[in-house]
Amino acid sequence: MIISERKALSELEKALAGQKKLFLVGCAACATACKSGGEEQIFQMQEWLQSIDREVTGSVVIDEACHIPRAGRDLRHHKGAVGEADALLVLACGSGIQSISSSTEKRVIGALDSLFLGNVKRFGHYEQKCSLCGDCILNETAGICPVTTCAKGLLNGPCGGMEDGRCEVDGEIECAWVAIYQRLQAQNRKGVFARTVPPKNWSRKRKPGRHKVTG
Amino acid sequence: MTRLQQQLAAGEFVVTAEIAPPKGTNVVEALEKARALSCLAAINVTDNQGANMRLSALALSALLIREGLEPVLQITCRDRNRMALQSDLLGAAALGVKNLLVLSGDHARFGDHPEARSVFDLDSVQLLGVVSTLVQGQDMAGKDLHQAPEFFPGAAVAPEAEPFELMFQKTAKKAAAGACFFQTQAVFDAEKFSLFMDSAQDLEVPVLCGILLLKNAGMARFLNRNIPGVKVSDILIERLDSASRPLDEGVMIAREMVATARSCCQGVHLMTLGHEELIPEILGQSAIAQEEGEC
Repeated sequence: MIISERKALSELEKALAGQKKLFLVGCAACATACKSGGEEQIFQMQEWLQSIDREVTGSVVIDEACHIPRAGRDLRHHKGAVGEADALLVLACGSGIQSISSSTEKRVIGALDSLFLGNVKRFGHYEQKCSLCGDCILNETAGICPVTTCAKGLLNGPCGGMEDGRCEVDGEIECAWVAIYQRLQAQNRKGVFARTVPPKNWSRKRKPGRHKVTG
Repeated sequence: MTRLQQQLAAGEFVVTAEIAPPKGTNVVEALEKARALSCLAAINVTDNQGANMRLSALALSALLIREGLEPVLQITCRDRNRMALQSDLLGAAALGVKNLLVLSGDHARFGDHPEARSVFDLDSVQLLGVVSTLVQGQDMAGKDLHQAPEFFPGAAVAPEAEPFELMFQKTAKKAAAGACFFQTQAVFDAEKFSLFMDSAQDLEVPVLCGILLLKNAGMARFLNRNIPGVKVSDILIERLDSASRPLDEGVMIAREMVATARSCCQGVHLMTLGHEELIPEILGQSAIAQEEGEC
């Protein structure tokens, strides 16, 4: 899921300057799961907005805010409240915020920062495992991604900063290459160590990404 | 052939040291330091070392060449993508720089620009391959170069890193990718280094053992806490702690490592951090040789 967190209230207050009436939008998918844009956070946001002298004209939690037609449809269902508002305050990831901004002429203010595509480690605890690079090497690296979990994204083994199996950038984190090495050894195969990995094809990480399902 | 290349080919015991470019445009001090090291085989010029922004290593290397000094240009993958790296390499060659030390580079998080976006478009093994490609007259895209550069590329290795096999597979990849010499990270464990050399012999790439001058026990502890991949043993820290003149003890420790290096590898890379005047002593050279300026 997309991990997001609320911007600092001081930053939000600046973004809200001059906007008196607000319509709130949350997301029932990722932002609800990581407690940044679900019903509960919409309610808390509403209370905070009232405390700083703002009026909330209404709110909606969209099933998946990244779904552009669904976001548009939900906004139309709340036409009155949306129309009354000076701006829409969106508690969703950057993708969700843009579904909204492409579905209304009104000013859209994002309340969250989107952090990464995350795995749930345990409740409320997320880790990035994949950085959507478009050129997957997992089959050779025993299912551990060095592009993401090595702080430098190195492809041919650890850097000189590896110490006691830990990453030089963050001592709390295991060196990705030690993890890959140990798992490949346990599986009794050489995997990625059998070859020198050539420079990565970054053209696979197209920006902006576009994909159409065919057939 | 560069002097470094010649000395290695001749089987001499090779000594290199390093200087850092200034933070700013005044290169007087850096050049003075480099001149003081002119008797060594070559002088490494660090590339935004520790991810701290400084004058370009390429510019200072070119200035060294203008002074008749021999640089080893350190080039890291942290700050440039493959286009910038290739273009800087061609620029280096045009300015007369031949010796390279190809590195991944410290992560930006450690330096004075922690908000910078680290690049790492290539890793050190891949960049060594790129150097070979350029030397053969083509760029990474397979386009012909109007005159190929000449390089003598080296790479860094971490002999004390564990697991050994994991570290060593990368060393072997660097050799296969065209590394013509290795300069090691600071080594403090003679036994581990000898074991590394037992395996490294087969790669047939000369190794210069990295020797860092310990000024006192506080510095050793600082290195252990803050510098990734550097490990000073408790025994050495104890020696520095109980010495009446810690710097003299540090020189002694460095001399012992030089002796180890003489017995098992092709030379040393000295990191004396402002105490360049102690280099002859660390190398165990006679007072007469020092007077004659043969450090």
